[in-house]
Amino acid sequence: MRVFEPLIELARGLGTTFKIMLEKPVTVQYPEQKKPVKPRFRGRHVLKRYDNGLEKCIGCALCAAACPADAIFVESAENTDDVRFSPGDRYASTYEINMLRCIFCGFCEDACPTEAVVLGDNYELSFTNRRDAIYPKEMLIEPAPAGTLPTPQKVPPGLYTRSVPEMKDPQD
Amino acid sequence: MPKQLVSLIIDGQSVSVPAGTLIVDAAKQVGIDIPVFCYHPKMEPVGMCRMCLVEVGRPVIDRVSGQPVIEGGKPKIQFGAKLETACTTPVSEDMQVVGMSEKARTGRKEIVEFLLTSHPLDCPVCDKGGECPLQNLTMAHGSSESRFKFDDKQHQKKHVPLGDLIWLDRERCIQCARCIRFQGEIVGDAVLDFFRRGRATDIVTYSEPGFDSIFSSNTTDICPVGALTTADFRFGARPWEMNSAASICTHCPVGCNTTLNIRREARSDGNMVIKRIMPRQNEQVNEIWLCDKGRFAHHFSASPDRLAKPLVRTGELVTESSWEEALNLAARSLVEAKQDFIVLAGGRLANEDLFNLKALADGLGGKAALYTHMGGGYLTTLAGVSMDTNFGEMGAGTSILVAASDLYNEAPLWYLRIKQAAARGATLILAGARETKLEKYAAHVIRYAYGDEAQTIKSMQKSKAGQAAAEALASAQNLVVLYGSDGLGLEGSASLAEACAGLLDMTGHAGKPGSGLIGVWPHANDQGAWEMGFQPVADLAAEFKNKLVYIAACDPVGDDPALAEALKSARFVIVQELFQTETTRLANVVLPAQAFTEREGSFTSGERRVQRFYPALPAFGETRPDFSITASLAQKAGLELEGTSALLIMNKIASKYKSFEGLSYARLAEVREQWPLVGRGDIYYGGAIYANTQGLGTRLALLEAGSLPGTKPVESKRPSESELLAIPVCKIYDRGVTVLPSTLLHPHIGDASVSLHPDTAVRFKVQAGSTAQLTVNGTAYQVKVLVDEKVPASVALLPRSMGIPINTPATISLKAA
Repeated sequence: MRVFEPLIELARGLGTTFKIMLEKPVTVQYPEQKKPVKPRFRGRHVLKRYDNGLEKCIGCALCAAACPADAIFVESAENTDDVRFSPGDRYASTYEINMLRCIFCGFCEDACPTEAVVLGDNYELSFTNRRDAIYPKEMLIEPAPAGTLPTPQKVPPGLYTRSVPEMKDPQD
Repeated sequence: MPKQLVSLIIDGQSVSVPAGTLIVDAAKQVGIDIPVFCYHPKMEPVGMCRMCLVEVGRPVIDRVSGQPVIEGGKPKIQFGAKLETACTTPVSEDMQVVGMSEKARTGRKEIVEFLLTSHPLDCPVCDKGGECPLQNLTMAHGSSESRFKFDDKQHQKKHVPLGDLIWLDRERCIQCARCIRFQGEIVGDAVLDFFRRGRATDIVTYSEPGFDSIFSSNTTDICPVGALTTADFRFGARPWEMNSAASICTHCPVGCNTTLNIRREARSDGNMVIKRIMPRQNEQVNEIWLCDKGRFAHHFSASPDRLAKPLVRTGELVTESSWEEALNLAARSLVEAKQDFIVLAGGRLANEDLFNLKALADGLGGKAALYTHMGGGYLTTLAGVSMDTNFGEMGAGTSILVAASDLYNEAPLWYLRIKQAAARGATLILAGARETKLEKYAAHVIRYAYGDEAQTIKSMQKSKAGQAAAEALASAQNLVVLYGSDGLGLEGSASLAEACAGLLDMTGHAGKPGSGLIGVWPHANDQGAWEMGFQPVADLAAEFKNKLVYIAACDPVGDDPALAEALKSARFVIVQELFQTETTRLANVVLPAQAFTEREGSFTSGERRVQRFYPALPAFGETRPDFSITASLAQKAGLELEGTSALLIMNKIASKYKSFEGLSYARLAEVREQWPLVGRGDIYYGGAIYANTQGLGTRLALLEAGSLPGTKPVESKRPSESELLAIPVCKIYDRGVTVLPSTLLHPHIGDASVSLHPDTAVRFKVQAGSTAQLTVNGTAYQVKVLVDEKVPASVALLPRSMGIPINTPATISLKAA
């Protein structure tokens, strides 16, 4: 019956509507509510620390070399046992990422020999001028773990000579 | 005599090379890279690292007939049971070398693994990472995985200062001894050596202070790993992050070719800065070396004292002004002065700047003078070196006379190259009043008293030591004479130049290709100024009086405070400078100039080679190039000069001056292949040195030498009993305006000092290391007393540019402070 056909289609369509109405909604009330990101999500970078509070970054600039967008600028300087930022000889005295240039490809994370730069969960990047889009080291580095001193630390001599730690293949 | 050619086959390719060539060099000639660490084409092979292992086969010789055994129509080849080192094995006829076989490859792989057993593999934090032969050859020949755990490796100190300029990382060293051999064989300062044996082997310095050599930084270039780094560049940047520009060193008349490495720096507000200076290969000039002064004394171009804007004085008040205002004021004064003006140019200006300054002086009827303490340059334009005179090729048949010059301090690379020429068989003759470092290598030494320089050269045959030397000079195929200003002022050095030119004339060497007179000038481009007809003036104070004085790139008041009064008596003073100096403080108008790193231009080296330098950095502030400032000033005073392009000025120079005939920027930028090949993809050969891709420069043509002009003889000063004769000498690290901003060198510069013979010190009751009061021209200075047996009696050696105004020998008094 050709007369009823539109009505059947209408009912079927409304059926879908009513069915979805009764389902649990997928949208969330951002920013009051936030959805967790996937484990391999690539958000804003974080510079990691070791458990003792020393910075993992050794200022090698391999992240900057790997960066296809030339978003990273690194300058390094020498550690001493009295003024120690990271294990080994070298630390990053300047570490900047231009978030306007960054394409969040994660090559920097792959290039890092110490797993210091990690693309984190944070996707809430906003700035009102181009200069503020350049995140300096102070903004990127994670806070020192509880019970440890902030860098630079004064450490016993000869304890932290190894710049690049022993690494395992990533598990996830 | 050409050497006999030997034919051999390397990896299937036939090569013909002179007998005695090593396999590794022969392979390189047909583009086969045999990997090396310890071998360096500039040094004797030692075969220490064993990286160059190859299979070597030689024809079997029949014992009875002594002829090669023929098998199947070809000579029978017998390969050795073991691999041989290609860097120590000379080629032989019908040799077959196999570098690509499984056996050779395995051998190298195992050598790399062995070298890495103690290497920390800390490439991410290593300054050499990215330009490291060990890194490259491990990628090419090594195993992909290490069987050695980090904790099992030897761990040694990573920050050992060998001197205050060079630091050693003991873990990274692979004991190739390139640094030890460079210091011993090439420089002759054997201050490094191995200490202990086996796995405990260390590089140590035996000198006090450590690594006491002015060529120390070259070891960081040739080091095939990151064991040696410079204090100046340590952790400065990664090699791939820097841009490079070809340049010329401006510290001495040698004109070493350099590469400036540039990068942005956070510390400098994100501006581009020079991160390091590297040698650029030019086998005619500096080969692949650079002295420490050339490498480290570059900080002046980024000095905080740099002038950014023109300054104008009204009464006592000095204010920054616009270019328009400053140039108008200067030009108005120039027009008012009519012909009563003098242009005083410094020797660190480029050829183009000097040309414009000379054109301004000539066009408006003024006088152009060169600011220098050394005369006689016009003789080098008549009897100087020409064609392809090359210290690097000199050997038996060439005599080199060095008169009144301490080349180690005045022109380090000439010292290095002349020392090696002497080792190759050239006859080196030194004429000097005191012992200098080069004397060890001299065949004849002629000693004279200060003041007798010219006379000694003129009457060489009369003395016993001189006679043998004179014979060596006369019989030489080629004769190169270098004269300097050790203990000589303007007149004395001019007189010496004349004596030296006379000697060349007398022995029939004047104007001959391969022979000539070289001035060891105090500045980089003094030769260029002489070629363009600049002359020094004897009495600057008299020249300044009531005249308009236009000073460019020199600091006469800083060198001699007595000239301050003279400059105050000038009617108007225009100074064109990089920084605030004592001279700019007395100027009516100060015009800020660009450093050579910020612009284009060319220099003429002491060997009369014109070489181009290229802009590396953006201009500082509102500065302009010197030639452009002069041209703007001239235009406002009614004279048209080229001020926009250095290239066009070079064309004008070429058409105006006969010696520059045919020169153009295109010609100066020409390159040709140089041996050894360095700085390409295969950086293991020459280290981190840059290949020359932007110009080798060209030698100037000699002018027609008529009769050489004469000068009047200079009377030598003889001090009375209570006085001392102060002798101005050159010290490599001085307080010059282009050296002082490099704080790294301050420990080497030190305080003003006076060197005395022990007897003289006793006579004047001063002790070594104490402070004494020295009076020159009625002004007293505090100086440190150094006692040295090599100093002649009754003289006091005073280094130039160390705060005491002394440029000609003068009598002084000295007493304990």
